[in-house]
Amino acid sequence: MMKSDRIFGLVVVLSALAYFAGAWQIQAGMMMDPLGPRAFPMLIAAAGLICGIGILLRPDAEPEWPGARAWIGMAIALAVLVAYAYTIVPMGFLIPTAVASAAIAYLIEPKATQSLLTGLGLSVVLFVIFKYGLGLGLQPFPRALMG
Amino acid sequence: MDTLANLWMGFGVALTPYTLFLAICGCFLGTIIGALPGLGPSNGVAILIPLAFALKLDAIESLVLLTSVYYGCMYGGRISSILLNIPGDEPAMMTTLDGFPMAKQGRAGDALVISGVASFVGSFLSTVGLVVVAPLLASVAYRFGPAEYFALYMLAFATLGGLTSNNQAKSAFAACLGLGLAMVGLDNSTSAARFTGGNLHLYDGIDFLVAIVGLFAISEIFIFIESHGRSSALGIKVGKLLIPWGDLKRSFGAMMRGTGLGFIAGILPGAGASLGSFMAYMAEKSISGGKGTFGKGDPRGVAAPEAGNNAAAGGAMIPMLTLGVPGSGTTAVMLALLLTLNITPGPRLFTDQPQVVWGLIASLFIANFVLLFMNVPLVRIFVKILSVPPWFLMPMVTMVSFVGIFSLSGSYFDLLMMIAFGVLGYILRKLDVPTVPVILGILLGNQMEDWLRRGLTISDGDWMFLFSSPIAVGLWILAVGGFVAPVFLRRVLKRPPVPKTDMPMDQD
Repeated sequence: MMKSDRIFGLVVVLSALAYFAGAWQIQAGMMMDPLGPRAFPMLIAAAGLICGIGILLRPDAEPEWPGARAWIGMAIALAVLVAYAYTIVPMGFLIPTAVASAAIAYLIEPKATQSLLTGLGLSVVLFVIFKYGLGLGLQPFPRALMG
Repeated sequence: MDTLANLWMGFGVALTPYTLFLAICGCFLGTIIGALPGLGPSNGVAILIPLAFALKLDAIESLVLLTSVYYGCMYGGRISSILLNIPGDEPAMMTTLDGFPMAKQGRAGDALVISGVASFVGSFLSTVGLVVVAPLLASVAYRFGPAEYFALYMLAFATLGGLTSNNQAKSAFAACLGLGLAMVGLDNSTSAARFTGGNLHLYDGIDFLVAIVGLFAISEIFIFIESHGRSSALGIKVGKLLIPWGDLKRSFGAMMRGTGLGFIAGILPGAGASLGSFMAYMAEKSISGGKGTFGKGDPRGVAAPEAGNNAAAGGAMIPMLTLGVPGSGTTAVMLALLLTLNITPGPRLFTDQPQVVWGLIASLFIANFVLLFMNVPLVRIFVKILSVPPWFLMPMVTMVSFVGIFSLSGSYFDLLMMIAFGVLGYILRKLDVPTVPVILGILLGNQMEDWLRRGLTISDGDWMFLFSSPIAVGLWILAVGGFVAPVFLRRVLKRPPVPKTDMPMDQD
């Protein structure tokens, strides 16, 4: 039992080692001071290693992990957010924002109409606030359509 | 009477019609953010920082706006504690213990008024305390050198996990993680590229605003999806608002004691507002000697923790301003704000940029009066806003975060990084790893290395410089003590049973 923290501790130990290796490879420039660019990251890696071993050896009680459905929901949310980050520039503000906020609303409470209205409303209202209230330079629609 | 003259100047800077308008907006937004469960002071302030920049506010204006938000959150947290039995933010947790029972007895209005007044007393007096203590501390801090600063940072990291975390290894890991992330980018003095993997986007390092918004706000979305945003119907009606003079008089002592304890808890690095309200409540309960009606709707049980957490909010500004070391999550975010405005907190700030310090302090006073007005006579507005359901709130928070971060740099890379921090924040919170030390590490990492570097240069490479002065040694002892003590204290100081909530909460 108490598996999560064992895995977590192991991940921390491995990352600390990787970080140490990364610090080892830093190329020092011509300028040298007594510390150099490598020493402080190495200290951090060492401290992290000790923490990782500590977590590994004395794990906490198992956290309550969500069920499969919640995991799927969160995975979809993640995909939506990433897609939103990629589309907000080429597609303009309105459409990606409406889609993304409708999706998140639906994931929190699965009611289609309610989510659709949330998406549409938020996208228009926030656009007006950001563009005209706060004066941010946002594109409403895809560049191609705007000519 | 230097202080009074300075304060007068501060009001001159902070009391223009425009800043007053910003203060009112900030207080209003802050109270809402504080009141809504799931949106706390740290992520509330965090998502508003990029917007303050987008608005092209100058340093004083941004400070006025965001300190008003910060203080507003501290006032607002109590509203949902009292009405919903769900703390709006973590420091307001203790207020549920007597606030909700009062509301159930049909005294919701009284509880809101008493706690509003207590909030005012706590935060007003602690702002006065700030005026008195901060310059004194600044004059001491003037003599700090590299050894003292390095030790001070260690102290902050050692104590930040403090009583709120259950596992010392995890809070220390969180600090290491933050420090490790701070190293990404070009090294300040040797300009060696570190941990960039050749990615040009990473040469400037990781923007701490991106990290903060990701860890605090975006991770909240995942938490809400996981819990399916169990919406909370507002069952309690607020009756006619009258000022319960009798109860106010009876709880005056509780407010004063709560203020004192909260102020001290706020100044201690790492303790913060949650500990302030906890100590204030427990002290009041033990003073009443079991004869009181604590836990069943005692007005003093509402007054003490509210005075405590608001006093702590003021107290926490002291180490942040004079030493550049924040004592809590929210002051860490405030430090991020100052750094982005190119203001470096520290003892020098008081002599180099007095208009900033005193303008900030004056704006704290202004915020208090605005908040007293908003939170006592106008509290009904916020009660209405409480019924905003999570399925509407969370998409809004997401979009505001995205637009804010996007407007900082206009690059999708920062947005992706923010999402990555959101995932990281979710995992860390599930594993009970505190996220505040991560933020502090990212904020302070490079400075900490700089102090070490300067110290080693002065001492010609002798590492023993770290323990070269009595102050430094004292700070190291405190750091070790602060790291180890919670292990023992935790057994003595058992937290009282706190209402089980389905709502996620952020750290203060």
